[in-house]
Amino acid sequence: MVNVANPNILLDVQNLGIRLNTSRGPAQAVREVSFSLRRGETLGLVGESGCGKSITALALMGLLPDSAVVSGSIKLEGRELVGLPDADYCEIRGNRISMIFQEPMTALNPMHTIGRQIAEPLRRHKGFSAAAARKEAIALLDRVGLPDAGRRVDAYPHQFSGGQRQRVTIAIALACQPDLLIADEPTTALDVTIQGQILDLIADLVAERGMAMILISHDLGVIAENVQKMMVMYGGTVVESGATDAVFSRMGHPYTQGLFRARPRLGARKGTRLKTIAGTVPELADLPTGCPFADRCPLVESRCRAAFPAMVRVGGDHLVRCVRTDVSMANLPEVLGA
Amino acid sequence: MSTPDTAISMLALAQRPATGFWRRALRHRSFVVGGALVLLVLFAALLSLVWTPWSAYDIDIAAKLKPPSSAHWLGTDVFGRDIVSLLLVGARATIAVGVIAVGIGLSFGVALGLLAAARKGWTEELIMRMSDFTFAFPAVLSAIMLAAAVGPGMVTSITAIGIFQIPTFVRVTRASANAIWSREFVLAARASGKGAFRITTEHVLPNILSVLVVQATIGFALAILAEAALSYLGLGTQPPQPSWGRMLNEAQTLLFQAPSLAVYPGVAIAVAVLGLNLLGDGLRDLLDPRLARER
Amino acid sequence: MMLDPTQAAPPLVEVTDLVQRYTLPRESLFRPPAQVHALNGVSLQVKARQSLGVVGESGSGKSTLARLVMALERPSSGTVSLSGRDLNAMAVDELRRARRDFQMVFQDPYGSLDPRQTVARIVAEPLTALSRVGRADMRERVAAVLRQVGLRDADMDKYPHEFSGGQRQRIAIARALITQPKLIVADEPVSALDVSVQAQVLNLMEDLQEQFGLSYILISHDLAVVDYLCDEIAVMYLGRIVEQGRPEDLFAHCGHPYTRALLEAVPRARAGGGRRRRGAQAIASQSQSTAGCAYALRCPLADQRCRELAPALRELGPGHLAACHHAEAVMALPPVAAEG
Repeated sequence: MVNVANPNILLDVQNLGIRLNTSRGPAQAVREVSFSLRRGETLGLVGESGCGKSITALALMGLLPDSAVVSGSIKLEGRELVGLPDADYCEIRGNRISMIFQEPMTALNPMHTIGRQIAEPLRRHKGFSAAAARKEAIALLDRVGLPDAGRRVDAYPHQFSGGQRQRVTIAIALACQPDLLIADEPTTALDVTIQGQILDLIADLVAERGMAMILISHDLGVIAENVQKMMVMYGGTVVESGATDAVFSRMGHPYTQGLFRARPRLGARKGTRLKTIAGTVPELADLPTGCPFADRCPLVESRCRAAFPAMVRVGGDHLVRCVRTDVSMANLPEVLGA
Repeated sequence: MSTPDTAISMLALAQRPATGFWRRALRHRSFVVGGALVLLVLFAALLSLVWTPWSAYDIDIAAKLKPPSSAHWLGTDVFGRDIVSLLLVGARATIAVGVIAVGIGLSFGVALGLLAAARKGWTEELIMRMSDFTFAFPAVLSAIMLAAAVGPGMVTSITAIGIFQIPTFVRVTRASANAIWSREFVLAARASGKGAFRITTEHVLPNILSVLVVQATIGFALAILAEAALSYLGLGTQPPQPSWGRMLNEAQTLLFQAPSLAVYPGVAIAVAVLGLNLLGDGLRDLLDPRLARER
Repeated sequence: MMLDPTQAAPPLVEVTDLVQRYTLPRESLFRPPAQVHALNGVSLQVKARQSLGVVGESGSGKSTLARLVMALERPSSGTVSLSGRDLNAMAVDELRRARRDFQMVFQDPYGSLDPRQTVARIVAEPLTALSRVGRADMRERVAAVLRQVGLRDADMDKYPHEFSGGQRQRIAIARALITQPKLIVADEPVSALDVSVQAQVLNLMEDLQEQFGLSYILISHDLAVVDYLCDEIAVMYLGRIVEQGRPEDLFAHCGHPYTRALLEAVPRARAGGGRRRRGAQAIASQSQSTAGCAYALRCPLADQRCRELAPALRELGPGHLAACHHAEAVMALPPVAAEG
């Protein structure tokens, strides 16, 4: 069933909500998350620990625990994924939607050769024979820039460096030519000079194969340089979204501004103190009513706590979930200049 | 970055909402069943101190090999002794051997294991090779040699079994202790100036306790089996002290006339060992620090 | 900049020609086991009340340097001196007492605190390691230092798992402060923390430095963090210092191609960012020792001389050193684009 209204839309997420049982009671881990992706589009999810970005990614992959309650809709080319039985989801994972993770060492099985791990999705989803899969694995290793692929296909993960292992996980993720690639902090565990290479590689492959990509990171710099559009998440919901350039030129949400200001910057004037965001990230089970950022926001008012704010359009596709965008955006020169 | 850890730990929390050791323990099937069986054996041993239906030592040839009746609930053995009473008193020997033998294994084994992990180098090599050597020696053989030297009896069997338990505890302790020594908080303790002994007692030991407890329950089960085997061979508890192992031995000659004589002590041993194994499995799950360390 | 009295005094920390080699397990009976050259002759100084940042990637030797400065390992050769006293020449007891003056903060806020101990015991550990301390006295000192790092007295009876990453790092800093040390070696203290928490901890570290006249040796892979907190930065590559100087010097006109590569690799959070092509290759193995410059394999400026002769650390300007034959050429390049 193709979505006839918008045949170009690959992934359409509407009002996604995820409830989890935590030790402190039920928690709304993700709330009112909506976005869509066309083929070839890249989306960045940025936020700190506990904001819900990784859980959103797991929801797209159908990897949430059985006790999770998912509301809303996730449509892959018109097909509804929420509530899909696991057996059907297995056909999709690694095949139509692939994921790469932060820690390449734990994402790879130390007891299998990398060739076997790359061949696994090929044999499972595409029915390749062992010989054909091996040939394709070598071609993939070559494409991801691993030198001497023909010999190293039989090597074990521990024989590679961190950056090389991440290239292997990329090869595994791309083996079946998925439509959507989800990269969850793919370079956080790598050296900074390697990070750029890996991100370049991912970007090249995404463009080459016309895939859509969701890149998850806590690093604003990585997001700024690698995705066309972005969403900032806090307390389980999207607080700001829009084209990357638009968001970075005119940050509307106080949290985005706070995050931007809290980064130590290279070459900053000496003696400038880092402007922190007061307080700490709340437990998802203890979120305040109304705006999740209310307890820490410098611009908070009574109406912020009264109701969950709706998204406000501040320009084009640029949306901000805040009732005080007039003030926050007036503060911009100070935010960006500092 | 802690992000995926937070997501994954949130999911872990989502699957295990109950906190508190005893609440979780009482939901854990292995733990509950194993615990019940072990308590049963314990109860039998304690009960035998104050009361048994008949005396376990009185011989009454006239009443030998009687089937179960209202007087003798499981019947009598070849000497006319009440089987229920024999089982109850025999439980004492079982528990005594288990506790003391494991105690020996635990105290020496853990001490040596901790020493090996703390010192490394030649000390570690020496301790591990000694424990390999002890391990390689068949337990029964060493029990026989010991019995030949000092005479058979409960003390002999306890000593032999205890010595045989030591290498296992050395291995398990050393492996777990090594894992703790490589943790960063131990490095922090060293950076504060703490010496190896204090680090071992204050940091290493508390963090490996759960592993040791589990190993002790397993050791207990093995000790009971070993005691039964030794008694069967006549090297353990001596007559007239009742012992489940010796009951098996005596039942052997009458296997076709009165097979139930072998069944009762066999079931008793099985119950004790099964109970301890299940308890150990349960404890292993419940004391896993990853499960306890939720936030 | 009048006469600085601290200039005349001996440096607080002095590291001279530090070399550290580790022997790997034997792979074959017939060949000698391979060796990892973690440090290949590192010398540096830290003055009282000053901070030195050590930047490098995996394999640079920065964590090894931290461990050697903290006398947690013995070097293969070279000396580490604190206030003029050689740490490795001291008797065990003397070294233990000397540890009062230098403490460490570790990277992993989840691993550096014993999960089975209360915060009070954890924070008091440097005290209890040195001498017997009365319980009331200990609790008082713990409470005082917890307040200094922004935690509450009541927190001292809780367990680590009840705290967030940023709070645990504060506990770790409290533990490092309790003996009133002169030097704190911080190994990636904020790498595992969220950005907003990182900012809080960095501000705290800055405040503590001012308040107590501390010196830091801050190890990090993050140039921005080191730039923020430190008076001097040393860039390490494969066990050697390749450049050293004040943050302004390094940023405005760095003298080593590796420093430049690091600066260029940092992603910039700004509009119109777009992807910049980066061409650096993987780091060479620590087991091979090359005759020439260790960076030659990756360096765009490398020539025959670089491959044959290892450059020595030489002065390019006041307090600015670099180990590169082409340092002047690197300095002449346009400055790396700043952020925002």
